[in-house]
Amino acid sequence: MNNLILLPPFLPLLFGALAALFLRGWLRNTVMLIVPIIGALNIYGLDTGVFWSLEFMGYTLEPVKVDKLSLMFGYLFHIASFIAIVYAIHIKDTLQHVAALAYAASAVGAVFAGDLLTLFVFWELLALTSVFLIWARRTDKAYASGLRYLIIQVLSGVMLLAGLLIYAQVNNSLLFTEIGLEHQGIAQIGAWLIFLAFGIKCAFPFFHNWLTDAYPEATPTGTIFLASFTTKVAVYAFARGYPGTELLVWIGVTMACFPIFFAVIENDLRRVLAYSLINQIGFMIVGIGIGTAVALNGAVAHAFNDVIFKGLLMMTMGAVLHMTGKINGSELGGLYKSMPKTTILCIVGAASISAFPLFSGFVSKSMIMSAAVAEGYDVVWLLLLFAAAGVFHHAGIKIPYFAFFAHDSGIRTTEPPRNMLIAMTLAAVACVVIGSFPAQTVYALLPWEASYQPYDLTHVLTQLQLLFFSALAFVWLNQRNMYPPELPSTNLDADWFYRKLAPNVIKRVASAVNHSYQRAELAVVMSIKHIIQRSYDADKDEPRGYFARFWLTDTMVVWVAILLVAYLLLYYI
Amino acid sequence: MAEQNHEQSGFFDKPENIRKMLRVFYVICALLVIVDLVVNRHIYHDWENIPAFYAIYGFVGCVVLVLIATEMRKFLMRKEDYYDE
Repeated sequence: MNNLILLPPFLPLLFGALAALFLRGWLRNTVMLIVPIIGALNIYGLDTGVFWSLEFMGYTLEPVKVDKLSLMFGYLFHIASFIAIVYAIHIKDTLQHVAALAYAASAVGAVFAGDLLTLFVFWELLALTSVFLIWARRTDKAYASGLRYLIIQVLSGVMLLAGLLIYAQVNNSLLFTEIGLEHQGIAQIGAWLIFLAFGIKCAFPFFHNWLTDAYPEATPTGTIFLASFTTKVAVYAFARGYPGTELLVWIGVTMACFPIFFAVIENDLRRVLAYSLINQIGFMIVGIGIGTAVALNGAVAHAFNDVIFKGLLMMTMGAVLHMTGKINGSELGGLYKSMPKTTILCIVGAASISAFPLFSGFVSKSMIMSAAVAEGYDVVWLLLLFAAAGVFHHAGIKIPYFAFFAHDSGIRTTEPPRNMLIAMTLAAVACVVIGSFPAQTVYALLPWEASYQPYDLTHVLTQLQLLFFSALAFVWLNQRNMYPPELPSTNLDADWFYRKLAPNVIKRVASAVNHSYQRAELAVVMSIKHIIQRSYDADKDEPRGYFARFWLTDTMVVWVAILLVAYLLLYYI
Repeated sequence: MAEQNHEQSGFFDKPENIRKMLRVFYVICALLVIVDLVVNRHIYHDWENIPAFYAIYGFVGCVVLVLIATEMRKFLMRKEDYYDE
């Protein structure tokens, strides 16, 4: 491999974005399909270590640094972008193609960034490129949602910049190594700013609504890219910067649990998947927080698998949206008759996210669960178990059930375009291969040294019990009509604070200020009028003022006299 | 012609098919509990000593999940165009 000219990892995809801008037709499609393959081969040829370093204002920068952690995410992002490009290749929209490839390039650049400044640059590029995938839907709703998304993402970038400036000042280095939260003085603020910047991109509780707001508003193909990159870059950043930070365990377990309640009552099926995306990131964050080799491996392995199975589920829902124009559970149902292949592919994705044995979620989620119990996090383990049952409930059962089965909505359509089917099949095959042969696939890429065997009788049996009895609960509730029906609705979440409360408060304050200003203005005008009216006697038709009764020359004489007196007095003083 | 028949009534339109599938499903559930009583699985946590712990936890957990979520609708649910007004 050494005789080949190797490129910085983000370059092939960036070249693809340029090609998408200038080329058209089959030539563009070919180039777009080839660049992720070239990119993957390129990073296969890279040796670990610093690939590229330079001096900048007295600081050493390492724009490209290769280690096992960055390689794992590098491969993942190339696989994900290849599948997503296949899925999107039928569209003619240049904007989407360029944005998607530049976005993928930014994600790859971010995980190979050896210093915080380079990370910041790619961090902001992630936001700036991805927002076009939302705006490309070209609806008013998508436009507003994209703006909110961009504001929050840029806020994250600004916090990262502020944090890294403090970090550079204190440590005299910009290199991105473990940061942690245990610092003194100003360094503490810097560490927290970077932590929160990562947290926003990771959809921490109360910062999570950019995701559930914007992802379901993006185009059917754009959402696949969105679901693959931004949050996974943040997971990577936590794995490198904050491994073993206990706070992350508790944040992660919250993220794993609360979205499943919202997912059960949400009607937009892509929004259900957005909530379940947060839930899956919760598992990863718990793994990073625990910080043992098995837990960290579990976290990054789960990130790897999640991109593929969540991508698959998003693709099947994107196919439904593309073919029927509908995505609300209340309007769908019975599609298995006209989209049988998509149905089966969706069930494979559902089985993977639910962590059925032989499917990909099983081999990574069980690592995190085992690590939690091994490190004595009993409550966390119980809550994760609950979250795992809940995932099966909303993503494993609800998504396929309300889209493809349930009551027949009467919609008759056909399977999606062939490229969409191929992309979904690729992802489905990956889910099964990873789940069945983890040692040869995802485990071979794991960055930390630890051995783990997912397939033993205990794991398989207990997981099957958990899943089948969760399904039994669904059947039981459904037969008793206790399962909440899909209703056209909006559910309030933390975004209510900035979409309803804050605008209302601002409106009230603004209208109160405006109102009082108008009243003050009116009062002034009235009092001036009053003075004018009082100065003139309308009955006698003459002014009331003393001087107004004289000629102007008379008044002037009086004033001159006053001035002379004043002058005289000043002369003596 | 066969295509048309298929179109008129899918596999899941027939109640007897669903009944059959559910019966298979119930049998699998029962088998999983029986296996749990027979085999000796590893115990990592005290609660796992409870027979069929995972089955009970999964069932109860999901019922509680759905009931709480349904209650949440009472104060979280708004009209579809709530934010557009």
